[in-house]
Amino acid sequence: MPVKQFREAIREAMVEEMRKDESIIIMGEEVAEYNGAYKVTQGMLDEFGGKRIIDTPISELGFAGIGAGAAMNGLRPIIEFMTFNFALVGIDQILNNAAKIRYMSGGQISFPMVFRGPNASAGQLGATHSVAFESLYGHFPGLKVMYPSEPYDAKGLLKTAIRDNDPVIFLESEQMYAMKQEMPDEEYTIPLGVGKIKREGKDVTIVAHGKMYHVAKQAAEQLAKDGVEAEIIDPRTMKPFDFKMVIESVKKTNRCVIVDESHPFAGMASEIGFIIQRDAFDYLDAPVLRVCLPDVPAPFAKNLFEKWLPSPKEIIDAVNAVTYRN
Amino acid sequence: MAKKADEGFTPTGMVYKSTTLPKPTQKKHKSLGIKDEQLPDIFRNMYLQRRFEERAAQMYQKGKFGGFLHLYIGQEAVSAATVHVLNDDDDIISAYRVHGMALARGTSPDACMAELFGKKTGCSRGKGGSMHFFDVERHFWGGHAIVGAHIPLGAGLAMANKYQNNGRIAICFFGDGAVDQGSLNETFNMAQLWKLPVIFVVENNGYSMGTAVERHSAGQLHKRGEAYGMKNGVANGMDFFSMVDTLTDIAKEVRETNEPYFLEVKTYRYRGHSMSDPGNYRTKEELEEFKSFDPIERLKSYIIEEKVASEDELNAIVEEVEQQVLDSIEFAENSDLPDESELYDHVYVQKDFPFHT
Ligand SMILES: Cc1ncc(C[n+]2csc(CCOP(=O)(O)OP(=O)(O)O)c2C)c(N)n1
Ligand SMILES: [Mg+2]
Repeated sequence: MPVKQFREAIREAMVEEMRKDESIIIMGEEVAEYNGAYKVTQGMLDEFGGKRIIDTPISELGFAGIGAGAAMNGLRPIIEFMTFNFALVGIDQILNNAAKIRYMSGGQISFPMVFRGPNASAGQLGATHSVAFESLYGHFPGLKVMYPSEPYDAKGLLKTAIRDNDPVIFLESEQMYAMKQEMPDEEYTIPLGVGKIKREGKDVTIVAHGKMYHVAKQAAEQLAKDGVEAEIIDPRTMKPFDFKMVIESVKKTNRCVIVDESHPFAGMASEIGFIIQRDAFDYLDAPVLRVCLPDVPAPFAKNLFEKWLPSPKEIIDAVNAVTYRN
Repeated sequence: MAKKADEGFTPTGMVYKSTTLPKPTQKKHKSLGIKDEQLPDIFRNMYLQRRFEERAAQMYQKGKFGGFLHLYIGQEAVSAATVHVLNDDDDIISAYRVHGMALARGTSPDACMAELFGKKTGCSRGKGGSMHFFDVERHFWGGHAIVGAHIPLGAGLAMANKYQNNGRIAICFFGDGAVDQGSLNETFNMAQLWKLPVIFVVENNGYSMGTAVERHSAGQLHKRGEAYGMKNGVANGMDFFSMVDTLTDIAKEVRETNEPYFLEVKTYRYRGHSMSDPGNYRTKEELEEFKSFDPIERLKSYIIEEKVASEDELNAIVEEVEQQVLDSIEFAENSDLPDESELYDHVYVQKDFPFHT
């Protein structure tokens, strides 16, 4: 099987879907002439032309909203944010318009659209450029949220997102765009809301999504050397979330650590932890722990930034705590 | 005590004259392409909007339904002219003062009243309420209550029309308060840059809640179009024929050139911003002045003077509308509330979405 980068996987998903469906367009900053700020849309202007690959001004509110209006009226826009940090200036269009108008209209309107772009931190970019938004978007009824960690998942999920008739938030990562994986040539999709056990183990369940999956993987490899077999679940879709897979795993391992690049207060990890205590209370041999960001914005200085970001060591410490090995 | 006018940033302590109307057109209905037999129906359309809201206000005061209620009374010529001028499949989107526009477009008074009452027979199945009327079958796209947030949606409707090359144009209404939002400026820039066939209309009724337009917007509203090279103009919104005159030209031009237009309509709301507004920010004289050229009375006199219909004939329409509105109240009262099982309906298109609990 050919090996492909994450950015190519996303591009292929869009290109393949756009060839089949004329109503799909892409709008965003630098998506056309510049070939994408992170080269995700490279070559797409050449193939599809300026009517379908549309450079926008730096007006996130404006183009998110115009995209939403076009979705109401027959198009299937893909809105690329240069990063989701910048979507904040237009977030009303996502949270109030795309997510709620269907409900307020009693089902007369739909928003078959995807908002996509990089999420969470990408090195020392400072506090405004480093936020993970999955728990924020996941909070709002009307949205679906995906945050894949590998090229194979990304392609299959993005195709599902593009074909979905509801608005989907599709989160990527600058730091994952160059990651490579073997990809099949034949067409496939991955269903919404289905996680994947990416490493089997009997001693502890680690739930880790998006970029944090890779940090968890490093921790698991280290733990295996010490004789601890971690089971890693990558939920892939954040909303709806595959709680069933997590609960089944916890019933087997009786211990759980959640890794989440959100701040701790009301983040994804809190919700996953709550469901585990409710649905697997009798199976737990230790309190569920989480490894997430501290309750502070992203610092710039290298040492502070490294301390801020979840690390394999913190995950190992948490696993040691839930397995009472320290 | 009111502060002196020259203190502080936004001036306070003065009562402004809200708006000056451009001269109404002198054209007769025939020269505007309106046939004799259409005039009584136009009168009916405007009077239905008026009477519906007067009755709705009574029902609100009786406690028949809750939520906000913003009345459009005084502005009916704008909606009536819009549906008269545009094609039935052109796309209309508006803000939250929206009952008149829906009724003008043909949404039944039954469905509108039932929506106010939060009944499942309402035009948004009881999920939207007063501020969120929708009737997509009639190309009426709501009913939007975050001030200015639907302006990009209006441009998006137009973008889809242009992309699909279907000959339809979009018209997007908002209040003078919305002109101050970033959404307007971002959308104007893109709409002009991308040449979207959309008419933006600010219904300048002089006030954003209690803030006179002079106190919240710098410069003349329609001139905001200039910065983007967008064609713009002003119309008298208290006169049906003036509105038709202006909008006909604009619609034709937007359809032909596929470019946007920004129209400032000078109009006036007779009632408070919402049901709880005593209106201390304006004078009684101002209100009386605007009522003296009421758009519905004006049309009525015109029809009689031109001998298109007699006073008796128009009074018969008034009676019919009155009955229609009373029927709509009965319809709303007798309609069922949404089933509790409908709580989870219409969040997603996906039928089997596993809701989090
Ligand atoms: C973003 C936002 N800010 C504030 C409000 C509260 N609000 C509702 S209507 C209104 C005044 C708007 O006035 P205008 O746009 O002139 O419309 P009009 O009421 O005159 O029809 C305000 C401040 C809101 N709904 N949305
Ligand atoms: Mg106003």
